[in-house]
Amino acid sequence: MAEADIVLHMTGVRKTFGPVVALSNMDLTVRAGRVHTILGENGAGKSTLMKILAGVQLPSAGEITLDGAPFYPVTPQEAAARGLAIVFQELSLCNNLSVAANILATREPTRMGFISDRKVTARARALVHELGLPIDVTAQVGDLSIAQRQLVEIAKGLSHDAKVVIFDEPTSSLSDNEAEILFGIIERLKAHGKAVIYISHRMEEIMRLSDDITVVRDGEYVDTVAREDTTIDALIAMMVGREMAEIYPPRIGDVPDTQATPALRVTGLTQTGAFEDISFEVRQGEILGFFGLIGSGRSEVMNALFGTSMARGTVEIDGEPVTIRSAAEAIEHGIGFVTENRKEQGLVLSHALRPNVSMAALPRFSVRGFVRSRAERREALSEVERLGIRTNSIETVTGTLSGGNQQKVVLAKWLATRPRILILDEPTRGVDVGAKFEIYRIIRQLASEGTAILMVSSELPEVLGLSDRVLIMSEGRVSQTAPRDTLTPERVMTFATGHVQ
Amino acid sequence: MTETAHMTSNRQAYLRTMMRQYAGIVLSLVALCVFFSLTNDRFLSVANFTNIFQQVAVIAITAFGMTWVILLGEIDLSVGSIIAVAGMVGAQIIGLGWGFAPALMLTLAAGAAMGLFNGVMTAKLLLPSFIVTVATMSIFRGLVSLPTGGAPAMNMDPTWIAIGANSFLGVPIIIWVVLVLFVVNHVALAHTTFGRKTYLTGGNREAALYSGINVDAMKIRIFMISGLMAAISGILLSSRLYSAQTNAGMSYELDAIAAAVLGGTSLSGGVGTMVGTLIGALIIGVLNNGMNMLSVPYFYQLIVKGLVILIAVYLDVRSKQRQG
Ligand SMILES: Nc1ncnc2c1ncn2[C@@H]1O[C@H](COP(=O)(O)OP(=O)(O)OP(=O)(O)O)[C@@H](O)[C@H]1O
Ligand SMILES: [Mg+2]
Repeated sequence: MAEADIVLHMTGVRKTFGPVVALSNMDLTVRAGRVHTILGENGAGKSTLMKILAGVQLPSAGEITLDGAPFYPVTPQEAAARGLAIVFQELSLCNNLSVAANILATREPTRMGFISDRKVTARARALVHELGLPIDVTAQVGDLSIAQRQLVEIAKGLSHDAKVVIFDEPTSSLSDNEAEILFGIIERLKAHGKAVIYISHRMEEIMRLSDDITVVRDGEYVDTVAREDTTIDALIAMMVGREMAEIYPPRIGDVPDTQATPALRVTGLTQTGAFEDISFEVRQGEILGFFGLIGSGRSEVMNALFGTSMARGTVEIDGEPVTIRSAAEAIEHGIGFVTENRKEQGLVLSHALRPNVSMAALPRFSVRGFVRSRAERREALSEVERLGIRTNSIETVTGTLSGGNQQKVVLAKWLATRPRILILDEPTRGVDVGAKFEIYRIIRQLASEGTAILMVSSELPEVLGLSDRVLIMSEGRVSQTAPRDTLTPERVMTFATGHVQ
Repeated sequence: MTETAHMTSNRQAYLRTMMRQYAGIVLSLVALCVFFSLTNDRFLSVANFTNIFQQVAVIAITAFGMTWVILLGEIDLSVGSIIAVAGMVGAQIIGLGWGFAPALMLTLAAGAAMGLFNGVMTAKLLLPSFIVTVATMSIFRGLVSLPTGGAPAMNMDPTWIAIGANSFLGVPIIIWVVLVLFVVNHVALAHTTFGRKTYLTGGNREAALYSGINVDAMKIRIFMISGLMAAISGILLSSRLYSAQTNAGMSYELDAIAAAVLGGTSLSGGVGTMVGTLIGALIIGVLNNGMNMLSVPYFYQLIVKGLVILIAVYLDVRSKQRQG
């Protein structure tokens, strides 16, 4: 590895936000034609480092060079002009515009100062085609699922030429198929001699893609290792500072009685154009996993159950037929819904952590219409403790928390409602390995206390590691429901892709 | 106990944020007072401040209602017209000889009803509140003239007049009304679940919906509050003028919005307090009063007022940015 390969070099980088130290002392050396992964717990400072490189934030101290020249971009435009491309962790798209307009935002081809829609569409279509991404560039971003939006974000990040390409948790909301497409893109970037900086919490893909891996802990550089010289266990130990024996905690107590009245029974649920004839039941204490590819209709089913969209069919809770027409009614029936999209449906990002935690359970934290702030504070503090949310205080604005920690706040908010039926849609999206284990433990604990759990996940190992039974959806229909022990990853994938005779 | 330790540190942190939150506008207010007291020796007196409070009452109360609306991420441009309708409704009912109490009740009900109309149009027909209230600003302003054909209504009840003229415990009744309404609105906003839901809905409507908050009901109720506050302002104004004027409250919506925004209420919703709005209204009141004492011509007053608003909001935004 010659010095000449070095594209980007940083030493002693520091970034503080008032009293919060996001990065205390960070070093990094990135080389051309290699994939460099940055690994660290939620809130370790990874995204902050990337934002500094992308010209979104300025470092408080430290030295950065790009191709040997000082590099302190003040605006994203400057960073892009110097040869830096980034796919952000938090989706930054305009929902009211088309995919094409988003991909080419601020770089629209113009004719005499006017934007030519036709050219924008054509150029975006060419780009998307070249990248091999399955997205329709004329669609409105607001109508797309999170995964599709993530693909648009990737296309947007790669819409201009760059020497260094950054991916901040690009796969956190992708299923394996889409992730494969991304890995293909990364291989091609590498072959073209680009330097790739990659951030992820999924250890398998890190071991597969990376050439070099740098571990960060508490905003501080720990070590850089070559992929060949390390193992997943060694990396985790370096990252969390302790050994982790297992990933999926075992179930507590017995599998629930199959004869018992189901906590939730759904029959023939249909929403034209989204899903058809969905039937299933979950018992108290049972974890029912929902697996399917993007677009298979899982999130749509959950929204229909929660009353946030309309569907035909019957829903019974504890054997009683119910009609749920709004989230308020769903909550009254004891249903909780950890939504997939934390930024839009999950959190009020401009508000502090405390009101976010209590917002779905206000009746629990009030008497005669007045907020019991002591009880509210106690709950927020105990959730911060229980979920290990990294924050300065419960009055910290949630928008300034790291992605994984925001996800934990959404979980805290629904745990605070003490749900009897809990819907989890991608509950560990963007959460680090250590915290994932904690969340799995909490899900198990809830189940053992009698909560019926529906868990949607695109991570097959997670579905198989946690569920008692798995429901597999394909193109809006249930293609199979089976106990966990009868399933293998291969079998699940055959059902999910619909390739069953 | 660690918990109590946590709580006191929380309270201290809270106090610190409070001080920081209002530092910008309180400084602006103090600067204005210093300037006017240097240029006019009658400015700094109990009598004059009582006067300022009285003048600011109508704007402050309207601005309390406006603060709820803006917190929700909406706007209510019809409040100036509601002020006029309220005075006229009161005068007409007094004219029927029904007496003070029914006149008061029906006037308040009329204000709430106009707010209800704004709220239903916004929530149920999914029209932007800006459009709805631009329309009702015109409609309500037209309605004022229906009973008298454009002439003022002079038939006022003595009790009605007394609200604007009399004092209680040495303090004008108008000021008592402002103070009581300030406390009620502040407590409702800062300490009730209704206030909390307002902040949450204004901060992120979709997340609020997913958390079981009935967003439509919130909109309707808050437009009703705004209508009710404007009606109270209308009562105070007609009482001080001994009559219901058809052009009463003209462009007061702008002063109310300015007071709320000066007080740190964000037009995108979710951020703001009644304390801020009260200070904002005082800034406007001090400005009007001080310039009147200096006999500044009206058109210059308009220019200065606009500039002060720009400067105060700019300083506020910048000081908040610097704190990160
Ligand atoms: N604008 C901000 N204001 C205040 N604190 C901030 C801000 N941005 C980030 N932080 C803090 O800096 C720390 C690092 O955050 P960062 O987003 O870089 O973490 P991360 O390593 O990307 O975590 P994750 O894996 O969860 O995405 C966190 O404690 C976060 O709360
Ligand atoms: Mg991050």
